[in-house]
Amino acid sequence: MKKSVITLVIVVVIIAGLIFTAFNGIGSLIQPVTDGVVLGLDLVGGSEITYEAVIPDGTPEEEINSGMESAKTMLQQRLDALGYTEASAYLSNGNRIVVQIPAVDDPEKAVQDLGATAVVTFVDADGTEWLSGSDIADASFEYSATDYTGIATNHVKLTLTAEGQQKLYQATQAVVSRTDGNNTLSIKLDDDVISSPNVNEALNTTEVVITLGSNATAEDAKYLADIISAGKLPFTLTTAKVQTMGASLGEKSLSTSLMAGLIGLILVMIFMVVVYRFMGLVSCISLVTYTALLAVMLSVFHINLSLPGIAGIILTIGMAVDANVVIFERIKEELRLGKTLRYAVDSGYKRAFWAIFDSNITTLIAAVVLLIFGSGTILGFARTLLLGVVLSMLVMLILTKLLLKTALGLKINNRKLYCA
Amino acid sequence: MKEKLKNFSFTSHFKIFALISALLVSVGIVGLILTACGVQNVFNFDIDFIGGTTMSFDLHQSVDKNTTDDVEALFREVTGTKPSSVITSGEQSVTVKSLELNDQQRLDVVDAMTEKYGLSNGDYQIDYVSASVSGDLARSAVIASVLAVVLILVYIAIRFEFKSGIAAICALVHDLLAMLSMYIIFRIPFNINFIAAALTILGYSINATIVVFDRVRENKRLDASAPFTQIVDTSIWQTMTRSLNTTITTLLVMVVLLILGVSSIKNFALPLCIGVVCGCYSSVCISGPVWNLLASKKHAKA
Repeated sequence: MKKSVITLVIVVVIIAGLIFTAFNGIGSLIQPVTDGVVLGLDLVGGSEITYEAVIPDGTPEEEINSGMESAKTMLQQRLDALGYTEASAYLSNGNRIVVQIPAVDDPEKAVQDLGATAVVTFVDADGTEWLSGSDIADASFEYSATDYTGIATNHVKLTLTAEGQQKLYQATQAVVSRTDGNNTLSIKLDDDVISSPNVNEALNTTEVVITLGSNATAEDAKYLADIISAGKLPFTLTTAKVQTMGASLGEKSLSTSLMAGLIGLILVMIFMVVVYRFMGLVSCISLVTYTALLAVMLSVFHINLSLPGIAGIILTIGMAVDANVVIFERIKEELRLGKTLRYAVDSGYKRAFWAIFDSNITTLIAAVVLLIFGSGTILGFARTLLLGVVLSMLVMLILTKLLLKTALGLKINNRKLYCA
Repeated sequence: MKEKLKNFSFTSHFKIFALISALLVSVGIVGLILTACGVQNVFNFDIDFIGGTTMSFDLHQSVDKNTTDDVEALFREVTGTKPSSVITSGEQSVTVKSLELNDQQRLDVVDAMTEKYGLSNGDYQIDYVSASVSGDLARSAVIASVLAVVLILVYIAIRFEFKSGIAAICALVHDLLAMLSMYIIFRIPFNINFIAAALTILGYSINATIVVFDRVRENKRLDASAPFTQIVDTSIWQTMTRSLNTTITTLLVMVVLLILGVSSIKNFALPLCIGVVCGCYSSVCISGPVWNLLASKKHAKA
């Protein structure tokens, strides 16, 4: 009895703490959910950035089209990489790319992050250009030793195309055979020389390493690799227009959806209490706890929330309720067989466990796969689903059981309350 | 009455359910094939998938929800079609996105807007936009889903048995196809939110099926000598209350969303409602009997 009272007090304090945290946050550690969660373009609008491609005269139409298409894909990849997973990009009027980003604090910074490109060129001492951006197939960053010292550094690795390999061979051959002593082949990024290695022999390779010195961080290397990748863009992009935009699902989409969600949740709780009586009440407490915990976690992880993300949440709430329904039905079955309350609760949990475990694990598998292989809108769904499934399984299996057992300890043991 | 009902065998009436399901999914399958063959209007594709026209108007007055409603009404009246979205852009502008308009429709909209808001020549801009759901996104969605389904199959095969995995996938594909059918029949705008709706139903369907299969697994362990058909039927009935109650609770949330939501949210909630009902139906009437069917095939051969 005494133990149960203590348990109950602890549980109540934890739940109250969670709800408080969800609304108010904890100092600078956790932001309140209204600040921590970034809502999507579809729900609250955001910024719209229009890029215009500078297309050299005389570029054949076909080349323009394929170039714009790859520029768009590249921007989309970069949006994903920068964490703007709810953003979208589309082509407009032949030479424009429109990027829409949900509620960003600083659209100008987003413009810079997105639009920065770097064109890599390989030049010799006379300034003759041997290789350019289109000869690079891929740029990535690495942390390993690049020279005889064996000291690992962060650096960028370029992978050349077959044509690039040819050109590099010709370039190095030409540089090696120079007799004026200027046997260097410089790697330039835009107008800056970033390294000027001496060439001792003709190189026939697809891999070129750009060293950045021993002070370079992994982030420096990644940033450089990213902008070199973007520098493969066939055209230079200029920012034509930055403007704000309204919610694409309609101005009232957020408020009405929240209202609907709240009413729906209350209806679910009423249903649970009517059908499962005291157990239903316990599941309501778990459900509120789960919702508060999810809100806190969404805020902690700064998850962008738009309609797909909300779909993920609805699914996890459905699964959370389902977990309770499965358990309660099992408990009812045990009670119908005339078992004691304590035994029925234990046994109901034991029997329901694997059904809940297996269905959650399959959902987890789906969420992880979508997170790894998905892009754009799919990521938003996968993130909330992954988070929600893990949290709901914890809350429903641990908290509901703890509460039921505590209730039994507090002598709330009229069998009628448990639908017997 | 209840006892009598419980004698109903889902496995022996499988033919009836198979027929109902065949009807349910046939529209979706035919629609997919026609679309693959290049027939264009099977699905009500939205601007996300096929591109369209965007028109921006500088109204020289502050804009809010009422303004966008007015513009939407005006657009519908003039063109006879519904815009994909009407949103505010900046303090004083609205942007109307729609499927591609012909020259006459465009002129009409501009004329009507000019008259209503007293616009002058430089106050509007018309652009053509490409699909924002690129081939890449669609492809990655399909690849990721297929991979997820395969891994789920592997997991179920390990935790249950391979045949039950096949049965679960059958139920899942059934639900997705049935949902596609509804997109065609009700002309629900097929936009980027379809992907989220489909993924949600995928998750829901698997969840519903596994609870039934878990009971089959348990009953089989309890009485290994019982005929599998009987085990499946018993299990379906034992999980019936759960199947119905879970469906009701999930539907409660979605129906409220369907009633209260703005039109774009309704377009999202409707397929979800349908998918949830299909998920319940398939987990009760399809997945168990299909597992039974696959299992009995083996016995017949042996």
